[in-house]
Amino acid sequence: MMDAFLTAHKLSVMLAGREVLHDISLALPRQHLVALVGPNGAGKTTLLRALAGLLPARGAIHVGGDPLASLSLRERAKRFGYLPQGHMVHWPLPARDIVALGRYPHGATDPARLSPTDEAAVERAMQATDVTQFSTRPATELSGGERSRVALARVLAVEAPVILADEPTAALDPRFQIEVMKNLRAAADSGILAIVVTHDLGLAARYADVVMVMQEGRLVAQGAPAEALSDTILADVFRVTAYRTGHEHRMIIVPWAGV
Amino acid sequence: MVTDSAAAKRRTSTIIIMMLLVVLLALISLGVGPVRMSPLEVLDTLFGGGNDVYRVIVQEIRLPRTILAVAIGAILGLSGAALQGLLRNPLASPSLFGAPQAAAFGAVLVIALGLADVRSYALPGAAVVTAFLSVFVLLVVAGRNAGLLILILAGLAISSLAGSATALAMNLSSNPFVALEIAFWLLGSLEDRSFRHVMLALPFITIGAIILMSQRNALRALSLGEETAQSLGVHVGALRLIVILGVAFGVGGAVAVTGTIGFIGLIAPHLMRPLIGYDPARLLVPSALTGAALLLAADIAVRIIPSTSDIKVGVLTSLIGVPFFLYLIVRERRALGGGVG
Repeated sequence: MMDAFLTAHKLSVMLAGREVLHDISLALPRQHLVALVGPNGAGKTTLLRALAGLLPARGAIHVGGDPLASLSLRERAKRFGYLPQGHMVHWPLPARDIVALGRYPHGATDPARLSPTDEAAVERAMQATDVTQFSTRPATELSGGERSRVALARVLAVEAPVILADEPTAALDPRFQIEVMKNLRAAADSGILAIVVTHDLGLAARYADVVMVMQEGRLVAQGAPAEALSDTILADVFRVTAYRTGHEHRMIIVPWAGV
Repeated sequence: MVTDSAAAKRRTSTIIIMMLLVVLLALISLGVGPVRMSPLEVLDTLFGGGNDVYRVIVQEIRLPRTILAVAIGAILGLSGAALQGLLRNPLASPSLFGAPQAAAFGAVLVIALGLADVRSYALPGAAVVTAFLSVFVLLVVAGRNAGLLILILAGLAISSLAGSATALAMNLSSNPFVALEIAFWLLGSLEDRSFRHVMLALPFITIGAIILMSQRNALRALSLGEETAQSLGVHVGALRLIVILGVAFGVGGAVAVTGTIGFIGLIAPHLMRPLIGYDPARLLVPSALTGAALLLAADIAVRIIPSTSDIKVGVLTSLIGVPFFLYLIVRERRALGGGVG
């Protein structure tokens, strides 16, 4: 059960002639929520994109035992639900049509003609994120928090074994930050491997099973929140001290002062 | 879902109404000219009734013109909707990107170099190639996720270049009717077209339409941005090339027999969005029907507006299209000023 589902071996990525990821190796099992943290420009988004096969990388990635390179675009799409930063919608499509696009990798390319299986997946995803009431509302008319939940529902609707979410809580008010993290936590508990990029160390410590810390394109620490977010690492990587305490059996960590 | 099926019903009824409108306008178009006929007389004549003179007028003189108006209007509307979907940008259209102008240049070049006469398939072939190159270069110059302003500026540059190149090619050729010919290629017209022209344009237009329709679902997924679309299994690089190819086939085939007719592709999708919604896939067919209706109407108008000489239909579509474009700019001003919001 703790077998790694997603592995990367010596992953390197060049962007515009500069190496932005160096020799990253990781092995992550299903049923885990992994928080990917690090200062701005550490390469978190690049790592997420590389794992999803959205940009060319050196090294080897395996997902569910298959080399990523051997999978067609559609096979990859079935294994990774990818939530980009900012999750833009260019046209005012109804929220349900956006969620239904999550079934695109399964061949459901027209939201108006979903099979019962696809319909059920869309329904489940919309209920999980509590957006059913927005079904017919154009996404552009929704508030930021509502839009993020619709975007998250679209990713959940893929029902992929791996979710890659890039700052899903950015620009959300505290209540929705908690809602989104709870949704991802529930997805992980149901057997999904969820990798979540975040700047919020508090949310990372509270919800993640594993925290991965990146600095200048390298993975510099990984482990349970308490060890990966140790005082030494916070000082070295983030250049901050932190106040720590506990509540309801979870670690609370609040960045306190610069060092 | 109740509201979902309401939207579907509205789309179906819009398509039916647009089809009826196209048929009605086609019948009017067949009846307009020095010999006027009512739509009913036209119908009768089409199915073998009426006298011989009427039959010749309708079936041999006016029918090719009407078929071309329908086919070319439709492919321009379809191309505009597909380009707007591809670029996720309501100001995209073949004519603003210089595609028809470049296609005209391709056709003129073939004639000027003496490679083919005006009735050869080399003409639409060359028009397709230059139309493809123009849109391809435009997208390369503008870059991925280009803002409105960049796209429009690059399109302006390319259409000016193609227009000047056309004029230059005509000037350098030994053709004594140079001025007339330039007017023909730069300002499209449907006058005096025969079935030969229909045969020349139709295969290219059909191929273009099939190519564009085949990409409709990928265009819908692209509404979520290139990165998300790719993560959903859409090969975005291939999609771009295929859509450009479809537009090139359609516009190239059209321009090779009529010259440049602008702005149909810009206007048609806008007229349909309030009725159909913004889904780029669902907009394709209604935009094609609207394009056909617009070009038929414009071609009827140039024949009934009293004037000493014939007005070119391309002039009329530009006269209507440019103010419409300005109106769109005002509407999109905020997006033009900043990034795409």
